[in-house]
Amino acid sequence: VTGQLRDLSDRSQRRPSRKQTSIAKCPRDRRRAQPSQKEWVTGSPRPGSSRKKQTDRGSCHKGLWEQKPCKVERSSKGRRKKGQRASLKEQRTPPKKEKEVLRKETCDQPKRPRSISLASNGESLSEEELVQILEQVEEKKKLIATMRNKPWPLAKKLMELREAQAFVEKYEGALGKGKGKHLYTYRMLMAKKWVKFKRDFDNFKTQCIPWEMKIKDIESHFGSSVASYFIFLRWMYGVNLVLFGLIFGLVIIPEILMGMPYGSIPRKTVPRAEEEKAMDFSVLWDFEGYIKYSAVFYGYYNNQRTIGWLRYRLPMAYFMVGVSVFGYSLMIVIRSMASNTQGSTSEGENDNFTFSFKMFTSWDYLIGNSETADNKHVSITTSFKESIVDEEESNKEENVHLTRFLRVLANFLITGCLCGSGYLIYFVVKRSQEFSKRKTVSWYERNEVEIVMSLLGMFCPPLFETIAALENYHPRTGLKWQLGRIFALFLGNLYTFLLALMDDVHLKLSNEETIKNITHWTLFNYYNSSGGNESIPRPPLHPADVPRGSCWETAVGIEFMRLTVSDMLVTYITILLGDFLRACFVRFMNYCWCWDLEAGFPSYAEFDISGNVLGLIFNQGMIWMGSFYAPGLVGINVLRLLTSMYFQCWAVMSSNVPHARVFKASRSNNFYMGLLLLVLFLSLLPVVYTIMSLPPSFDCGPFSGKNRIYDVLHETIENDFPTFLGKIFAFLANPGLIIPAILLMFLAIYYLNSVSKSLSRANAQLRKKIQVLHEVEKNHKSDKERATVTNSEATPKSSSKNVSQLQLTKEEPVSYSPSQIQTLDKTSQGPGTSADSRVLQPASWHLGFQPPKVKLDSGQPQSQAHTWRSGSGKSAQTSPN
Amino acid sequence: MGSKQTVLTHQQLEEYQDCTFFTRKEIMRLFYRYQDLAPQLVPLDYTSCPDVKVPYELIGTMPELKDNPFRQRIAQVFSQDGDGHMTLDNFLDMFSVMSEMAPRDLKAYYAFKIYDFNDDNYICAWDLEQTVTRLTRGELSAEEVSLVCEKVLDEADSDHDGRLSLEDFQSMILRSPDFLRYEHGEGLTLRPWDGNSRGFTGDRGKRPQCFWPQSPQLSEALGDCFFVN
Repeated sequence: VTGQLRDLSDRSQRRPSRKQTSIAKCPRDRRRAQPSQKEWVTGSPRPGSSRKKQTDRGSCHKGLWEQKPCKVERSSKGRRKKGQRASLKEQRTPPKKEKEVLRKETCDQPKRPRSISLASNGESLSEEELVQILEQVEEKKKLIATMRNKPWPLAKKLMELREAQAFVEKYEGALGKGKGKHLYTYRMLMAKKWVKFKRDFDNFKTQCIPWEMKIKDIESHFGSSVASYFIFLRWMYGVNLVLFGLIFGLVIIPEILMGMPYGSIPRKTVPRAEEEKAMDFSVLWDFEGYIKYSAVFYGYYNNQRTIGWLRYRLPMAYFMVGVSVFGYSLMIVIRSMASNTQGSTSEGENDNFTFSFKMFTSWDYLIGNSETADNKHVSITTSFKESIVDEEESNKEENVHLTRFLRVLANFLITGCLCGSGYLIYFVVKRSQEFSKRKTVSWYERNEVEIVMSLLGMFCPPLFETIAALENYHPRTGLKWQLGRIFALFLGNLYTFLLALMDDVHLKLSNEETIKNITHWTLFNYYNSSGGNESIPRPPLHPADVPRGSCWETAVGIEFMRLTVSDMLVTYITILLGDFLRACFVRFMNYCWCWDLEAGFPSYAEFDISGNVLGLIFNQGMIWMGSFYAPGLVGINVLRLLTSMYFQCWAVMSSNVPHARVFKASRSNNFYMGLLLLVLFLSLLPVVYTIMSLPPSFDCGPFSGKNRIYDVLHETIENDFPTFLGKIFAFLANPGLIIPAILLMFLAIYYLNSVSKSLSRANAQLRKKIQVLHEVEKNHKSDKERATVTNSEATPKSSSKNVSQLQLTKEEPVSYSPSQIQTLDKTSQGPGTSADSRVLQPASWHLGFQPPKVKLDSGQPQSQAHTWRSGSGKSAQTSPN
Repeated sequence: MGSKQTVLTHQQLEEYQDCTFFTRKEIMRLFYRYQDLAPQLVPLDYTSCPDVKVPYELIGTMPELKDNPFRQRIAQVFSQDGDGHMTLDNFLDMFSVMSEMAPRDLKAYYAFKIYDFNDDNYICAWDLEQTVTRLTRGELSAEEVSLVCEKVLDEADSDHDGRLSLEDFQSMILRSPDFLRYEHGEGLTLRPWDGNSRGFTGDRGKRPQCFWPQSPQLSEALGDCFFVN
């Protein structure tokens, strides 16, 4: 509508006779149209202050009554005119086209008489009129909102924007007149403010995303694959922050604030034997001494049901936090996986476009570095060559037997490696149990497990990579295999470690009974062995002197803590030595070396994406497992992630080079998430096992004295809830109810699964249908074109590769497809760029404004032939009004 | 606020915000990027909309574009007269379309224009050849190039007229998994924000990006010290 109105005013200026009439009708409006017109013609964007002055409130209201009919009248006139013009111009267009124009006119018919009568009478606005203007205003607003989505040059956008704004400003106030105008303007004001606020808030939000700039910087240097690791790291940091808040807020802080202070009871006191060394750094470094008897570990917590004046149920809170750590992690991982897959559902079948995608989408426009660009060029070239080779000999494979043999051999070797490393770990853990029984152990003997695990983690992946070179897989497949193998290695290591730990736990549990007896006897003897004077009651035994059990939970927590810290240190040292020192060496020794170090053998390191991601994932698994026994572990992990973010950002920028094959991180992100989910599930198992089937230590931790850890639930339900609730829970826990519930869940899963399958099938069918429709449409169109050619030109050439016909087919779609109208429209903006400008109008005619015919047409066919396509939103967007 | 208002009026900024995908701050940063390209050419006062164009030779040296094989096409498509010389409006327009917030359709439209080398509103075999040659820096032989072009036409040309129309192109490219992933920002995306920090690129072989600031004096001194070369 804007376009129409504006074009009308253009025309009224250019054609004197028309102008006369409109002047006669409404001089005021013409006067106003004049300066703005100039503005458009010159095309120079001018600050809207003058315009604001023009559409001053007072004049607006005063002139409104005459103005509006004028405008409407003119617009109707314009339509007629346009109709004439169109018919004039399209004398040679096909009959079908003519029909369209006619229909358009008939469409316009009902509006016209009313507006004319309005205009001639000059009466006040009717309701319909108001509604119409309201609609226009709404349209304008929509235009303003979607202005940035238009494929126009900015100058044109600015022009349109100003006009639309002026229009809105002019009529907005008038609309509300008579019925709560103040409210309306107020609402508009608030809407504007709201938009501004939203914009500011968005700005603020983007500023709040941590490390955005760092990651973008890395992305521009190393491509999105390396950046995906850092994004993953950031995501992990966020998750860990939430877990940290949960554990600290609900467990550690209440314990510190309201629990019994240090030294009050045996479990909160360093035993006498350790007291001397308890503050030594070497002891603290092993998380023994004072750290062991602090709120960081499980054993510190008391089994009082309630603590402090708040009567905070700490054991219950401890249990619930442990459960909700897993609950939250599961939820967040699954949710992000789902949101990842949501984006990728539409990429179902894209195998038909291998070459096209390579051609048009393989270039990463973010590359701003000539080395990365070189690599990208090379990788694109190689991928093209690969595809060509695939295409040429898709089924011919050379020496299948050799390849198969090599692959089997590689798998055999790697399986051997995995088994060996698993056994090594098991052996080492067994040995460390032996060591732990001894009194004096050397530093190496104490840290053997960690050292061996870290060494395996350091040397096995490169070994696998070397072996995988035998297999001669496609690199992408190779990466998947590599990830899977390293995953298996880490998993095997972790689980052997866990099994050994379990042995340890069982050993400690078996000893527990004797220790319990000893403790009882000691206390009993202490209080009963009266030293002669019965009158003075003996002072209570100092907590440090009470003999106590081994507290296997704390031992497990310490084990995880140590593993985490040593893992972190090894990672950092590897980065420092393997990447940074190597880079230093290569960089500076290159000046005095026999061969070119930078291009030759050592060269610089590449960033190891898969190893880093898997390291992160397994570290997280350990956090999940260990956080139940060591609530402070999450705090350590948050620190670790924070430091590794900065450290690795620095390291990757300072000492790594982009990959030789810059590959995109297309779907690997969800692959990472899948691994994470698997690790989460696996780390859930041992924790659940200990909660459900191992008795807690008798003298440490919040669940001491109970038979099982989960008994805390029963206790709370019995004591703190009304009895009927307890009955309900007992009823719910009945196996007779649980088994049907599980069955029901299975049924639901089966049902939902089948529903989703059928839905996806329906989706595929719909897609196919759309494709068929598309084809039909295309064929229809080309047929029509051919028909029009024969009709209008009277040159019946059925051979499709004729030059004249090519030109005509170029011409024809203009009237059909809205998107192509935009194309033509845009090319015609710049004079002389396009050979097609002759199709429309003389170029000088529409230098500063738009050709009306195209405008008019563009709205029309959309409703006819292209309705089925409007679902894509494209045609709706490209339609100008 | 004070210094900014001398460059662009409040009104102009609002309008630019409505017409592009940028915030006020980003627009100002882009303006300074633009101004930095040709400090003696571009005035610091844009309130009166001076008619200034920065020549393509300077636009093409921007770090965001200098390694892009299609930089000339990009500049041509977004410039007013198709010659690659850009006004501030064109400049903002370019980065707006290339920003992460721009919708798929808009990007697909402009991608089509970029790949349409001869401006005939169709991507014909010649355009495809140009594209391949630029992507691979002419590493492919003529037969290979023609094979690739043939395959592309085979795949994407749904009406079999031997060239890709805008619709063909859009229906093809909107199905691409890589063309538009906002979070990774590949496809038709430029980021003007980190442009200045990309700095130095070594001229010999592969070398880390931001290793020690490369000063010739230092390396010469080291070379003298340990002289072997």
